[in-house]
Amino acid sequence: MAIKRRSFLKLTGLTLLGSTLSTIIGNLLTRGEVKAKGYTQSPEALVGKRWVMVIDVKKCKEGRSTCGAKCIEACHTLHNVPLISDIKKEIKWIWEDTFEHAFPEQTEKYLEELFHGTPFLLLCNHCDNPPCVRVCPTKATFKNEEGIVMMDFHRCIGCRFCMAACPFGARSFNWFDPRPYIKKVNPEYPTRMKGVVEKCLFCYERLAQGKLPVCVEACPEKALIFGDLADENSEVNKILRERVALRRKAELGTKPSVFYLMS
Amino acid sequence: MYNTGKVMFFIIVLIIFFTIPVWLNWGRLEAVPQPELPKEEKKCIESKEYMRAYHMKLLDDWRKKAIRENQRIYEASDNEKYTISLQRTCMKCHNNKEKFCDRCHNFVITHPDCWGCHIAPEVAQKWQ
Repeated sequence: MAIKRRSFLKLTGLTLLGSTLSTIIGNLLTRGEVKAKGYTQSPEALVGKRWVMVIDVKKCKEGRSTCGAKCIEACHTLHNVPLISDIKKEIKWIWEDTFEHAFPEQTEKYLEELFHGTPFLLLCNHCDNPPCVRVCPTKATFKNEEGIVMMDFHRCIGCRFCMAACPFGARSFNWFDPRPYIKKVNPEYPTRMKGVVEKCLFCYERLAQGKLPVCVEACPEKALIFGDLADENSEVNKILRERVALRRKAELGTKPSVFYLMS
Repeated sequence: MYNTGKVMFFIIVLIIFFTIPVWLNWGRLEAVPQPELPKEEKKCIESKEYMRAYHMKLLDDWRKKAIRENQRIYEASDNEKYTISLQRTCMKCHNNKEKFCDRCHNFVITHPDCWGCHIAPEVAQKWQ
């Protein structure tokens, strides 16, 4: 039975009308569902425009034999980071490496000799121009207004573009459920799940509570200094004006926010 | 239409057959889920009816505000202020996911994946 042109047009019109009406009714029914008076920032929060970290390499080296890398331990326990021994599948937010690996572009022979055996703490650089953010297809990783390269784990689809884009290897992928590899859990913070990328987030949740990042607090040598670079009078600003500091792979133009005091 | 009487009869029989569960259980409410409410606290952040209908939208809103916009305090409609956090706010009162969340979620066969990452209080307890 062939449909007549007239009735086809009528049907099309009805369908259009129906879908419009159902949208309108749906909107009316769910109106007023957001009930909040408002949202505000917590009053005790530390507020900054560009959070940066300065790592005093000399102090770090001096204390390293006695401190037992408290910064790494504190961070990984607080954020439920699993301990996986397979180097290809390990998860790390903050870790240690040699001078050659931290600064591969510094080919000066004497520098390499000078820093032989010096541990360098590496973490996400929270770049001002982050390549990972540019490639993320779901905006799961983004730059927040305080200069932190954030992760919204809910939105991460595990494509690992960000891992390919990051020149610092600061991101790790969960190849399997990380929970069996977490010995002691912190019930205040979530874990991650299989298929999600993770990294250091500059302790955004602690900043909101008015506390410094946990690695900064845990360091017995006070070798890690955290502050707002946008604030002219901050401690980090003063230190960086007075002392020689290097940033990792600065020539790539990502403008890292982690500085290494070399002198 | 040929055999109108027969066709209509069987259509009606079919409709009755497929709706038997409705007729047999007419007026009876037995499987209604009974989530266990916290004993100490009498008041949630918003009214019971609102929370029942819109808690998922509220949580979704919380996530966006807290992570994307750095707004971590929720001001409820009665001017009370709450820290935005599933594990540190919601689950402090609703301290059993199995007896609270799961009872309704299982009933309506919905499986939100909150607990793939967030840690339910009872899970945390077993872990230690």
